Amino acid sequence: MFGVNSKSGATARAKAAKQQPVVPVLPDGEDALIKIRNLHFSRGRKAIFNGLSFDIPKGRVTTIMGPSGTGKTTLLKMIGAQLAPTKGSIEVDGQNVHRLRRKALFELRTRMGMLFQSGALLTDLTVFDNVAFPLREHTELPESLIRHLVLLRLHAVGLRGARDLMPSELSGGMARRVALARALILDPMMIMYDEPFTGQDPISMGVLLDLLRTVNETLAVTSIIVSHDLQESLSISDYVVIISDGVVVEAGSPDQLRSSDSPWVQQFLRGDPDGPVPFQYPGPTYQEDLFGESTHD
Amino acid sequence: MINALERLGRSVLDTTGRFGRGHLFLFRTLLRFFGIFKRPSLLVQQLFSSGVLTLSIILVSGLFVGMVLGLQGYNNLVGFGAEESLGVVVSLALVRELAPVLTGLLFAGRAGSAMTAEIGLMKATEQLAGLEMMAVDPYERVFLPRLLAGIIALPCLAAMFAAVGILGGHLVGVELLGVDSGAYWSQMQASVNFTNDVVSGLIKAVVFGVVVSWIAIFEGTDCVPTSEGVSRATTRTVVSSALAILALDFVLTAVMF
Ligand SMILES: Nc1ncnc2c1ncn2[C@@H]1O[C@H](COP(=O)(O)OP(=O)(O)OP(=O)(O)O)[C@@H](O)[C@H]1O
Ligand SMILES: [Mg+2]
Repeated sequence: MFGVNSKSGATARAKAAKQQPVVPVLPDGEDALIKIRNLHFSRGRKAIFNGLSFDIPKGRVTTIMGPSGTGKTTLLKMIGAQLAPTKGSIEVDGQNVHRLRRKALFELRTRMGMLFQSGALLTDLTVFDNVAFPLREHTELPESLIRHLVLLRLHAVGLRGARDLMPSELSGGMARRVALARALILDPMMIMYDEPFTGQDPISMGVLLDLLRTVNETLAVTSIIVSHDLQESLSISDYVVIISDGVVVEAGSPDQLRSSDSPWVQQFLRGDPDGPVPFQYPGPTYQEDLFGESTHD
Repeated sequence: MINALERLGRSVLDTTGRFGRGHLFLFRTLLRFFGIFKRPSLLVQQLFSSGVLTLSIILVSGLFVGMVLGLQGYNNLVGFGAEESLGVVVSLALVRELAPVLTGLLFAGRAGSAMTAEIGLMKATEQLAGLEMMAVDPYERVFLPRLLAGIIALPCLAAMFAAVGILGGHLVGVELLGVDSGAYWSQMQASVNFTNDVVSGLIKAVVFGVVVSWIAIFEGTDCVPTSEGVSRATTRTVVSSALAILALDFVLTAVMF
């Protein structure tokens, strides 16, 4: 069935992917909080999603994986309704996020937390004020209570002592942990983490994993993790979705994936450079580029 | 040839697109006008950073422009024995033209470029996207206070520019070159009309305030989110603001005087 791939060339692979999109079904007894249906989206001429469909179970930790540049960040932005698809729909908690009016959308967003790949802290506020920001914007809580809540969250990410620093004085890993504290402060129903583990030392990594798990278990927060740290994310996920070339290639529990015989999954789990998942961004073949006629004059 | 045509077409499309987005942007920001009453402190903060911090450069420039006007005016008037009218020349030139235009240009260079760079960087570092995801409207929270601050600050700065300029003219004309101080002030008082001259000068300043802060904020939001994109947007802010100010100055002068 993957015989086409022996011809090599990214397009042949892309076609193979388009012909066999897996539309995964959630395990029995799981409710979907987010339903992604037949999502299409392009950036310029490059199609990013070609009919992406899957569900994200409520109250569970779901990891989304895929080669760099497949559109995982883009997908999170679409779930947050910052980008609109060209076709297809995303339902969060029963509401089509791209059909909502601004007010309803903002209301929904107060229940969504998002941890950006870059942290996205407000650079003119201190760490403390950054974490307090959503509380001050959306609640009328007294300052003493805000202080209490903020310190609690900062303590959980190990940065209580850094509360008076400015974001420019933080390291990348610290900034991401502050952003995590901020994403948690409103007790959202779901949190999207874009690469939470990058730039963390082994200790912070362990703490973060614990934290993510605890947040998910104690608060029943639906967690969506985009990550390349395979072992770490598999260890805390209930459900894993692998995306490539704009469609889901595999989905299931970590154990199901480990025992999957799909070459996509095996390549991804082992980290082989060669296989059905292209490592190269689509373009002319290496040989053409090096020895072929010059394309720009 | 075809290439040149293609490039021309693309740049026309680009410009029209930016023009349309710019107007949409202004419209969306103004729709949130009443949001400013929710958090007046944001406006105060912006008035400080774009108004108060621009004040020193405005005062110094105003003083020098006034002094030059005093000198030039005196040299020309004294040939007709009309140096008594120096006050009128200096004040009319400042109030009608130089104060609003030069303040607008200086404001674009000092505060406008800073606004573009700040907002461009907020975009590049995903702070704007972050605000949206925290259900905070960047139009209301970031753009509106800056726009209003520009609209309020520029006329105030222009008024101070004119006032300091008139003092500068006095310094050179009266203190150094010996024009009669009484004549300087009384002729000015007699010939400068409040509605015709002062108010129309202020109207110009308000219009420039709208245009400069609009361009500055829009260029920030519309930039390519990279360091090069931000620097280009900053340049564009200064250039487009300068052109817009000079062109509008002509239009407004033709309409009002
Ligand atoms: N603003 C943009 N304009 C044009 N193309 C973009 C833009 N942002 C992303 N892309 C393209 O969209 C594709 C998906 O980007 P995205 O950031 O979602 O990837 P990703 O899966 O998160 O990758 P990574 O794992 O490296 O973070 C990329 O191929 C990129 O070239
Ligand atoms: Mg990404």
